[in-house]
Amino acid sequence: MKAMKILRYATMLVFVLASIRVITGASDLTSTGTASAALLLSVPIVLAALGGLFSERAGVVNIGLEGMMIMGAWAGGYIGSQHGPWFGLMAAMIFGSVGALVHAIATVTFGVDHVVSGVAINIIAAGLVRYLSTLMYKNGSWPGPSQSPGIETIPLNGLPVLSGGQYFGWKSPDLLGSIANLNWFFVSDIASILRGLTGDVSYVTVVAISFVPLAYFILWRTAFGLRLRSAGEAPVAAESLGVNVYAMKYAGVLISGGLAGLGGGFLAIVAASNYQENQVAGRGYIGLAALLFGNYRPGGLLAGAGLFGFADALQLRDSAAIHALLLLIVVILAFVAFRKFKSGKQIGGLLALTAAGFTLWFYFAVDELPGQLVTMTPYIATLLVMALASQRLRMPAADGMPYRRGGLR
Amino acid sequence: MSNSLTRKLSPSKIGLAVAAPLAAAVFSIIISSLAVIASKKSPMEAFTTMWDYGTEAGSLMEVINTATPYYIAAIAIAVTFRAGLFNIGVEGQLRLGALFSCYIGAMFVLPPVLHVAVVFIIAMTFGGLWAAIAAYLKVKRGVNEVISTIMLNALAGGLSAYLLSKHFALVEEGSNNLQTKELPASAQVPDLMPLLRKFGVEDQPGGGVYGMFFVAVALGLIFWFVVNRTRFGFELRASGLNPIAARVSGVNSKKMTFLALVISGAIAGLAGLPEVLGQTHSYNLGFRAGIGFSAIAVALLGRNSAGGMAFSALLFGFLEVSSRSLELIDIAPETYVIMQGSILLSAVIAYEVVRRFKLTLQSNELAKVVQP
Repeated sequence: MKAMKILRYATMLVFVLASIRVITGASDLTSTGTASAALLLSVPIVLAALGGLFSERAGVVNIGLEGMMIMGAWAGGYIGSQHGPWFGLMAAMIFGSVGALVHAIATVTFGVDHVVSGVAINIIAAGLVRYLSTLMYKNGSWPGPSQSPGIETIPLNGLPVLSGGQYFGWKSPDLLGSIANLNWFFVSDIASILRGLTGDVSYVTVVAISFVPLAYFILWRTAFGLRLRSAGEAPVAAESLGVNVYAMKYAGVLISGGLAGLGGGFLAIVAASNYQENQVAGRGYIGLAALLFGNYRPGGLLAGAGLFGFADALQLRDSAAIHALLLLIVVILAFVAFRKFKSGKQIGGLLALTAAGFTLWFYFAVDELPGQLVTMTPYIATLLVMALASQRLRMPAADGMPYRRGGLR
Repeated sequence: MSNSLTRKLSPSKIGLAVAAPLAAAVFSIIISSLAVIASKKSPMEAFTTMWDYGTEAGSLMEVINTATPYYIAAIAIAVTFRAGLFNIGVEGQLRLGALFSCYIGAMFVLPPVLHVAVVFIIAMTFGGLWAAIAAYLKVKRGVNEVISTIMLNALAGGLSAYLLSKHFALVEEGSNNLQTKELPASAQVPDLMPLLRKFGVEDQPGGGVYGMFFVAVALGLIFWFVVNRTRFGFELRASGLNPIAARVSGVNSKKMTFLALVISGAIAGLAGLPEVLGQTHSYNLGFRAGIGFSAIAVALLGRNSAGGMAFSALLFGFLEVSSRSLELIDIAPETYVIMQGSILLSAVIAYEVVRRFKLTLQSNELAKVVQP
């Protein structure tokens, strides 16, 4: 039932986007390139959010995801440029886990406030990688201390039959690609989005996305997952049943760091071709927002990460598309106004209607949004989504609370 | 009973108070020594070089200038900490405060002191307004203020870049540096050098102390007084320590949340001003980034107390300035980041360990009293 509902919403969204594409001519809204870029940009956020999932389900708030991603990105760049991309990814996971170990020692063993420790780790990680960069890339190495040398790329491939690609010398047909080229309204839009999601995909992307159902399986279908979640819901009760709560929390935080580190490594190795300073740019935080948006569930966080990835991809590829997206906001606001009027909230309805009118006016008044404002899109999307989603959240009952064995304080 | 137990001053209690900072210092010295050894140099040489350079009169002035914005921003963060909140958005708030106060402040000329006061009010207004977005989202929509202020930081960065380049900057021939119109002399805060000369301090090359230093000191005193000696401060701390108990005893916790965030943003708006009003006299592309993040560390290290934060702001400033000398003996100056980070982390842990140890001691003492 739930899957059907999600499918229905997704179809509706594509339909609206396709309509806006036709009206405004912003063809990048549903193009293959946008979908593929959105997928690529979603993966680090998915990994960070999955990291957050393991940590918060074990009851440890992990603002330090950002710092762990930064450490992962640096290690991915350094090891990746020396020993190849696969070792780079492994190093990224290990470095992320090292950051997580510090977080676990501080919060689980010593009971430091989780947010304080996480923010401290973010500050330290940013400083540490800057120090390491100057140390390692000091002696005249090109192109300077703010980035690593280039990293070998990991090959891309497509889904056989549907999206092209090479399989053992056999060149697969590209069915979706040819449908997308027909330019039929809505049908071609769906095809080109699917083509973008399934064609020219890195192996790492496939692995990373498969972590989502895997995380669901581990957390909700295994004894380990039950114990881990019990540490986040009711640690004292879990302890009375013989669960080693400390071990569960450590496990959750360490897995969290590994995933976040991998997300950082992905940024350096797959999404780009070397490590650059400030590459992570708040994606750890956005991952956390995606997790909250997804109500601490794997499927939900995937949807949240997809949304942010889409916003990010659009702002990178085509600022005209962001301008066209203003129409989407008009549609949503009009819908909200309709709902408010229907439930008898006249003032709220009027406010939403005014906002819709203002956005519509803005759409016609401005031809193109300036670049500095376009880059703000993912952050605005995060804020808006948080504002709409925060009230129906149900976080793990003991999330963020310090816990000490034996009821000590 | 508990009062007599906790208030009694004994050697063990003094020892405990010193234990945490001492342990943190030892730990961070070990870590930073390792960092220096990693670049194949002697830690002792590095520390003595830093100390010698950092204690020169010119360096000390720079230390104060570096610490001043840290201190103001740390106070802003501490206001929210005391209310059980966490304003990570200081970076964005101070940026917008500085940008708007420079842009609007340069539009008119007023009598000297009044003009500076107006500039302060503009900076506080915009810092406060920016924080009010997070406050509104927190109170009305239940959005976690940590996430929203982080997003608002990114938005403030984009917004200020846009406003500066498209609307606020003067177009100058042959110059790539975008900057707002220079503030008139009446809006500039004079340097403290003339005052210091009267006390026998000699001029230093490139030296001088921002006049905003006094503003920072005053803010520290006000912060201490309001938080510890007024009803507002009590309600602020109460809603931070135990929101439910505070609500039951009649504290409007939503109002306190809103006020704490907005006041914090207003104070943060001032933190960008020392350099702008004291040196550059306009907002430009080179506006110092990262004050808001370092200030988080300063607030955590200083335990959100006026005195503690003053100490840690000066410490961070000292490390930053004195580490420049490391380049002379071929060590990466970035080593100071390791020092700051290790101090912060070990201090945060050490405070918690000592708190737990104190609790154990207290309950032991209590047990002795109850069962002789």
